[in-house]
Amino acid sequence: MSLQNRITHIIKDPHLSAKQKSHYLALEAENSLDYVEVSAQALAAKQAGIICDMFEGHAPFKPRYVLPDYARYLSQGSDYLEMSPAQDFDDALNALMVLYHHVPSVTNIPVYLGQLDTLLMPFVSDMNEDAIYRKLTRFWILLDRTLPDAFMHVNIGPTDNIICRTLLRIDAELQQIAPNLTFMYDPLITPDDLLLQATNNICLCNKPHIANYPMHANSFDERGFGIVSCYNALPLAGGANTLVRLNLKQVAMQSSNITDFFERVLPYYCQLTYELIEARSAFLHQQSHFFDSFLVKEQLIEESRFSPMFGIYGMAEAVNILRGISNDSHSTPKTYGHHQEANALGLNISQALDQIVTTTPVTYGFNQRALLHSQSGISLDIDVTPGVRIPNGFEPDPISHIQALAQHHQYYPAGISDILSLDETIKANPQAMMQLCKGALSMGFREFTANVANTELMRVTGYMVKRSDLEKFSQCGSRTNTTGLAAEAAANTGMMQRKARVIAHEQAPICYE
Amino acid sequence: MSKRPFVMSREAIVSQILPFSCVDGPGSRLVIFLQGCNYQCKNCHNPYTINVCDACGDCIAHCPQQALKHVKIGTKDHIVWDKNLCTQCDTCLSICPKQSSPKTTTYSIEQLVAIIDAQRHVINGITVSGGEASLQLPFVINLFKTIKSTAHLAHLSCMIDTNGSLSITGWHRLLPYLDGAMVDLKAWQQDTHRYITARDNHKVFQSITWLAAQQKLYEVRLLSIPTITDYDSEIDALANYLRQLPSTTQIKLNAFHHHGVEGVAVQWPACTQDDIELLASQLIQRSVNNITLPTIYLNEVK
Ligand code: SF4
Ligand code: SF4
Repeated sequence: MSLQNRITHIIKDPHLSAKQKSHYLALEAENSLDYVEVSAQALAAKQAGIICDMFEGHAPFKPRYVLPDYARYLSQGSDYLEMSPAQDFDDALNALMVLYHHVPSVTNIPVYLGQLDTLLMPFVSDMNEDAIYRKLTRFWILLDRTLPDAFMHVNIGPTDNIICRTLLRIDAELQQIAPNLTFMYDPLITPDDLLLQATNNICLCNKPHIANYPMHANSFDERGFGIVSCYNALPLAGGANTLVRLNLKQVAMQSSNITDFFERVLPYYCQLTYELIEARSAFLHQQSHFFDSFLVKEQLIEESRFSPMFGIYGMAEAVNILRGISNDSHSTPKTYGHHQEANALGLNISQALDQIVTTTPVTYGFNQRALLHSQSGISLDIDVTPGVRIPNGFEPDPISHIQALAQHHQYYPAGISDILSLDETIKANPQAMMQLCKGALSMGFREFTANVANTELMRVTGYMVKRSDLEKFSQCGSRTNTTGLAAEAAANTGMMQRKARVIAHEQAPICYE
Repeated sequence: MSKRPFVMSREAIVSQILPFSCVDGPGSRLVIFLQGCNYQCKNCHNPYTINVCDACGDCIAHCPQQALKHVKIGTKDHIVWDKNLCTQCDTCLSICPKQSSPKTTTYSIEQLVAIIDAQRHVINGITVSGGEASLQLPFVINLFKTIKSTAHLAHLSCMIDTNGSLSITGWHRLLPYLDGAMVDLKAWQQDTHRYITARDNHKVFQSITWLAAQQKLYEVRLLSIPTITDYDSEIDALANYLRQLPSTTQIKLNAFHHHGVEGVAVQWPACTQDDIELLASQLIQRSVNNITLPTIYLNEVK
């Protein structure tokens, strides 16, 4: 399609809102420019789908993810935005909402809304529970209706406080797609009944996602970190300048055997991934003038705290290909996720990637390094499984699932999203959900994400959509930006058939494989 | 798999291990299903767990994957099943004249403890189920005892899922290591119980009463089968009985469905959500509390 045709297509689309059209039009404009300069080999690998820039655009003029230091902003105000320091709770909510509209990201909607309980607790003073509840409910609705993107992420925990508890209550009541929510869990700080409230919420609406706070905190520095978008962990007051991901399935297909994979093909494509990372971040940092913005001048972000994310996906297929097992038979006992040798090979691949990423310097990176990330997939992925996940519908029982993947988590400081699918019977037993969560985290999970089948809110790749929206979308479009992506993802990735696996013994004791 | 002669207190015939269940006791549990049952329930959802294989060998030649082999251990015949070759086609089950299954595994205490150990962080405890777990009581006692005396496993609760046919003497032996029991009350009247299970329910009432007195009765389960079970016709007597149980005991209502069922029970009506809710409301009216309803109704899931 010619550029004019594509633009006409967007403009005349019956389902997109005016705002959504503007966004796609801007992307078309950016992509009509030449791509940032890279070698013929890198370009070829990109065109062949071996490395992928996540369709971020040809000429990056904003970082992929930005995590402003909202605490600093609330205490100092902003010259640029003509905001004085927040004095009370209403001030703080208002000030946050103002800044959210000035935080760019790859989707144009902020992906990080802050550690909201820590941010708001200083303003609670003598407000009673009911007042807090009413104010936060309005705020939650405002976020969902004005910034309708499920990639937008709020963090709470690990401490027990009234904001944290109230937000969990509201999130369960409203069952909105946005914002996405991460609850930080620290076994030394978080009381069990607070974790239980969070895991109860998962039974009700598949949110929040539970992060292993001490493990994440160890990967960053004292200034802190945040969880944003599809479970990316990044330095606070920084972010990700770009995300380039490597398709391990394709890498395996280019390899003649396991040794060839480790010694020749993987290092080669990692090098090309780095080339793309360097070219994209050089353009952003040197030519786009993004880092002249007020966010930098007012010290809400620092250029040196932005890292490229080195993403990987298709681990399952890569392992099966290298072991000579067809990917059509994901369910056989020999495949990734099921067989010990397959799992061990997967782990070796994660170790090799970790070795490369922690020793390869980058020009623009937090501690001059990229951050390894197990990428949770995009809607266009066909026949390739997100990150290091076990393919949809072929996961073993939740415990074997946790055991198979726990060791990988240590190697992915920028986040590794895996989804445990659980049958609805778990709704009657939130204690079981809590134990699964605690157990997974203590066995090395960096984050715990569960999906309870047949709940109205469901998780796609890494964000939430409403089941009813998904069904309606093809007819009439959706108010929420991400539903379009999700409809594509559902059609392409077999997500709707993700297998429900917790079966009542009395009801079907033998359905378990 | 063991190659030594079978010792009942050290080894068990296991039809299946479920690493995770959230419907077999409190929290997240590993469930061990033991082969063999002393009831012959017409409505059994997995009838081939009722009888223990006598190694007649009839099924071996019919297995399309050659997953079954005959071996002799000492003087005894055994069938060895290769899990990795098996495709779960279930041909062997349909062939078996004993209504048994060759697809069982013999586990020693040590082997089971190793499996439990590997997932101790992710579970609140273990449940032995069946078949009828109490038929392999010496093994169950040993297993629970080992768990309770292993420092890093002692926090795991040990529960049994039972048809209640074990004698009080048997329960006494298990008591020191038992955290709780889930007991099926398959029917109120003797005749109904005998019609469904081919056994009396005297022992069941004895077990329930005794376990309740020891504070070990976690759950009583009622599987409702419209026109077959007598919970509704005997609702006053039933409610009166259940009301006397400790307030910590859950009354779990389950709905009969046809999955896996064979024989006459295929003709029995499935139990719907309405049926269950009616039964629940009748019990609640009669002050029976702690009722748990099914979270899903399998017969209504499309
Ligand atoms: S189910 Fe039985 S017959 Fe079928 S492959 Fe397995 S062992 Fe053989
Ligand atoms: S499973 Fe049945 S047919 Fe096979 S050996 Fe055992 S008793 Fe015989």
